[in-house]
Amino acid sequence: MILMALNFAFGAVALSQLLAMLRLVKGPNTGDRILALDTMVINAIAMIILLGIRLGTQVYFESAMIIAMLGFVSTVAIARFVLRGDIIE
Amino acid sequence: MRARLLPHPLLTVLLAIVWCLLVNEIKLGTVVFGLILGLLIPIITAAYWPDRPPVGRPIKLLSYLLIVLWDILVANVAVAMIVLFKSNKNMRPNWVVVPLDLCTPEAITMLAGTITLTPGTVSADLSDDGKALLVHALDAEDPDAVRDEIKQRYERRLKEIFE
Amino acid sequence: MISLSDLGIISEIIISALLVIGAFFVLVGSIGLLKLDNAMSRLHAPTKATTLGVGALLMASMTYAFATRDGSMHEILVMAFLFATAPISGNFIAKANMHRLRGKKDLPPPPDDHVWGTYSDT
Repeated sequence: MILMALNFAFGAVALSQLLAMLRLVKGPNTGDRILALDTMVINAIAMIILLGIRLGTQVYFESAMIIAMLGFVSTVAIARFVLRGDIIE
Repeated sequence: MRARLLPHPLLTVLLAIVWCLLVNEIKLGTVVFGLILGLLIPIITAAYWPDRPPVGRPIKLLSYLLIVLWDILVANVAVAMIVLFKSNKNMRPNWVVVPLDLCTPEAITMLAGTITLTPGTVSADLSDDGKALLVHALDAEDPDAVRDEIKQRYERRLKEIFE
Repeated sequence: MISLSDLGIISEIIISALLVIGAFFVLVGSIGLLKLDNAMSRLHAPTKATTLGVGALLMASMTYAFATRDGSMHEILVMAFLFATAPISGNFIAKANMHRLRGKKDLPPPPDDHVWGTYSDT
């Protein structure tokens, strides 16, 4: 049963990654693209967690944590660049 | 003396817990090293937060967090239903202006974070004098009802905790 | 790899339910991102649905670790980090959207002749 649920979850997360990528391509403006990238980062975290359950190891959690941190910082950096034209004032 | 050695007791506890979670085991060595970090880091960084307001009632803060968690669960299902089953034509996205009674930046930050995390509303901006919050609601016929709910449910409780 | 024999039926049901719920909310977040038709509405779906979705997946992972090995807790850290940062990145994206709306009529002004923080010069 877990295996079925896992496969469903893999499919759903992969599909949502594709949908977010579609929004990234479509735009239409910068805010939407930043949002799409942010969503893709969160979906990637979800994917890594699923992989961790599937393979039964703990080593993926550090990477999930690091991707969460990098994703947050890069989202803020891009949004700030759009707002001010500069990241560090 | 106590204020210099232990400037931020809650942060000390939080740092020790975070260290134990990072190492992912609870042994004597981990806890002791976590406490050492928890004691050193607040002393080193104390200069960077001079006007930190005291959290008056930690228990109330805990019950507030539980209420918010529950609201996140309930409202997430509501937003999922809106997204899946409501067509774009029938949706009424609306801007809501929430006048603030809170004064401290920490309390306003908590309120804005709560508004964003509870689905259906996103806090977008603060007015330049810090007296009003701009909130975007996904599906609200009546902006005043949203404003009243935010003031009733969250702001009143935050005011009790921080002020 | 998963060995299914050493799991009780109850923990199996709990883990499967959490996995399905989490995947469902992640998917709803992305559907909302694609479906909704104006920039501010689009902000709603992903910032929250994905937080709850990833939260449920992390709970599933934690339950699985407790059912098979001697347990692990650092999922809580990822969860706390996501819950703490989601409002902040959402707020920054909202500000980036407001930057584009500058001077439009549909934005209500704040009371007492002030302006919104994004538009003030200081």
